[in-house]
Amino acid sequence: MSRVTTHPKVTSFRPPETGEFAFTEASWKEAEFALAKYPEDHKASAVMPLLWIAQRQNEGHLTRAAIEYVGQILEMAPIRVHEIATFYTMYNLEKPGRVQLQICRTTPCMLRGADDILATVKNKLGIDDGEVTEDGMFSLMEVECLGACCNAPMMQVNNEAYFEDLTPEIVERLIDDWRAGKTPTPGSQQGRTGSEPEGGPAVLTDAKDYGAPDGPYANGTFVPAEVQNARAEAAQAENEAGTSSDKGSS
Amino acid sequence: MLQDKDRIFTNLYGQHDWKLAGAKKRGVWMGTGDMLAMGRDTLVQKIKDSELRGRGGAGFPAGMKWSFMPKNDPRPSYLVVNADESEPGTCKDREIMRYDPHRLLEGCVVAGFAMGARAAYIYVRGEFWLEGNHLEEAVQEAYDAGLIGDNACGSGYAFDIYIHRGAGAYICGEETALLESLEGKKGMPRLKPPFPAQVGIYGCPTTVNNVETIAVAPEILRRGVAWWTSIGRPKNTGTKIFCMSGHVNKPCNVEESMSIPLKDLVEKHAGGVRGGWDNLQAVIPGGSSVPLIPKSVADNQLMDFDALKDSGTGLGTAAVIVIDKSADIIDSICRIAQFYKHESCGQCTPCREGTGWMWRVMTRMVQGKAEIDEIDKLWDVTKEVEGHTICALGDAAAWPIQGLIRHFRPELEERIVEYKRKHGKRATSVATAAE
Repeated sequence: MSRVTTHPKVTSFRPPETGEFAFTEASWKEAEFALAKYPEDHKASAVMPLLWIAQRQNEGHLTRAAIEYVGQILEMAPIRVHEIATFYTMYNLEKPGRVQLQICRTTPCMLRGADDILATVKNKLGIDDGEVTEDGMFSLMEVECLGACCNAPMMQVNNEAYFEDLTPEIVERLIDDWRAGKTPTPGSQQGRTGSEPEGGPAVLTDAKDYGAPDGPYANGTFVPAEVQNARAEAAQAENEAGTSSDKGSS
Repeated sequence: MLQDKDRIFTNLYGQHDWKLAGAKKRGVWMGTGDMLAMGRDTLVQKIKDSELRGRGGAGFPAGMKWSFMPKNDPRPSYLVVNADESEPGTCKDREIMRYDPHRLLEGCVVAGFAMGARAAYIYVRGEFWLEGNHLEEAVQEAYDAGLIGDNACGSGYAFDIYIHRGAGAYICGEETALLESLEGKKGMPRLKPPFPAQVGIYGCPTTVNNVETIAVAPEILRRGVAWWTSIGRPKNTGTKIFCMSGHVNKPCNVEESMSIPLKDLVEKHAGGVRGGWDNLQAVIPGGSSVPLIPKSVADNQLMDFDALKDSGTGLGTAAVIVIDKSADIIDSICRIAQFYKHESCGQCTPCREGTGWMWRVMTRMVQGKAEIDEIDKLWDVTKEVEGHTICALGDAAAWPIQGLIRHFRPELEERIVEYKRKHGKRATSVATAAE
């Protein structure tokens, strides 16, 4: 099934001049997938995905060369791309640590002890907000609400993985794991699947599948009454007329 | 209490398969093509009859919003789904996207068809990496199964869905800022009018809806408008995902009926307030943007758009932030002020300057290093910011502080008096206007 149906897509783009920065083959594949989402005459829409790709390829940050390379692909003035790279907080303009700790400190996390988490990390790593450890391993960023408030306190790592339901002890252990070359598993660190109450869900224990004998729509099909009636009427009219066209619903 | 049989998001906690096969078991994509056969006008009318109100905060009637889309316009129309969920306290759309993405995609097809849109863009906040990946995978599954694409659900209707990732800007949750961002610009809100239904993305008619609004629409049509309106109160119908965070024993999301009493919600689902209901200090009932309510109001509060409006606050995103007596209420609101200072896009002066000013005064209020009449000055400044900006972020920054002053003025004054007592006369002269 093709993806390209409803509007003309970006198919052509200027191959950028080679300079300090260039997309790898893998990055180009990702870039083409992103570009195909937007109309041909609105290439600029792809600026955010392309900056993402550039940042991931470039050890987690954007250089001036990378920003302008993206501008060349999209035929945007360099300043327009710089604007994007500086407006949105997830684009890094300086090289972060290999493990970038982004700790949420907004009220819902704060109420559940985000300040302790932050203090633990600062103390353990000896760095402050916006700094990188000397070995380049860790960097620390205080961020605003990451939208996992039912699993507070929490942090994000490398703009990707959420580590939720933290305590100071858990954070220390996670840092030790990274130092030891391990890759800790993201998600709740206290065994929750998602945002269910601690100890397991109290609701949704009796939810039935559709089509199950005691579930909704036990016969496993659904046709709106209006459509059923219209089809029945059309079929009847067809029977009466004998040789009318095969047109069905209205 | 809502029964499981009336819950829409039966995989809210991620206990089951989120992919297509699992979603189909939960009823997603069941009879979608036949639903479309009802025709555009019938679909919009049914959503209007259901009194479904937008789940993103403002509570605007969804059916009416869809009906604003022009007909017979030569330009293509778009549905844009606002999945830039960043309101502090809110984490409901995330669960829909990571554990029930097909419900959202089905909603896009139904809503998109009802408003005559040719494609949907789902704008996912950049931080939701996993959620965006699940959506991309679900979109691919839906294309492969012929549920979207040239002939969506066998209806003959061509409809595409694209996932677009943000990169960390709260302001992009504002619909016109989101459209700007989607066009590859800074997320700065546009002046309205023209409204997006006339001039939206790429200058074309556009409707922007919240994830939850779109995701419940097919289920309303499947189970019937009468079912939906039997839940909740008139004009506040249906089910709603409530996010409970802060000082409750068991923070969680739960899908409940609209208009449930706040106390029931907290005690039955979130294990109650830490230290018991009497240990409650205040509740922020709808995400950080709405004014808080003290315990005296929370005691008998119904959780819906109109009841909360009557209490001088709002349902917002239904993110219930519970604050018990151990917390410093002034500091809690100060942190929210800091959030808005950080997230102001800088376009309008009252917001750009005002959010910083309010935060700086709030930090002094936390210490008590202020004068009593500065509380009135702070109130005045919130009134200067509120309503004088292009978008509602200015209002959202002003309201939490107004709520604090309205209900906790004695605490603010006590803090100031206490500071003066500790520091003698010297402190009085230190306190000046905003530094």
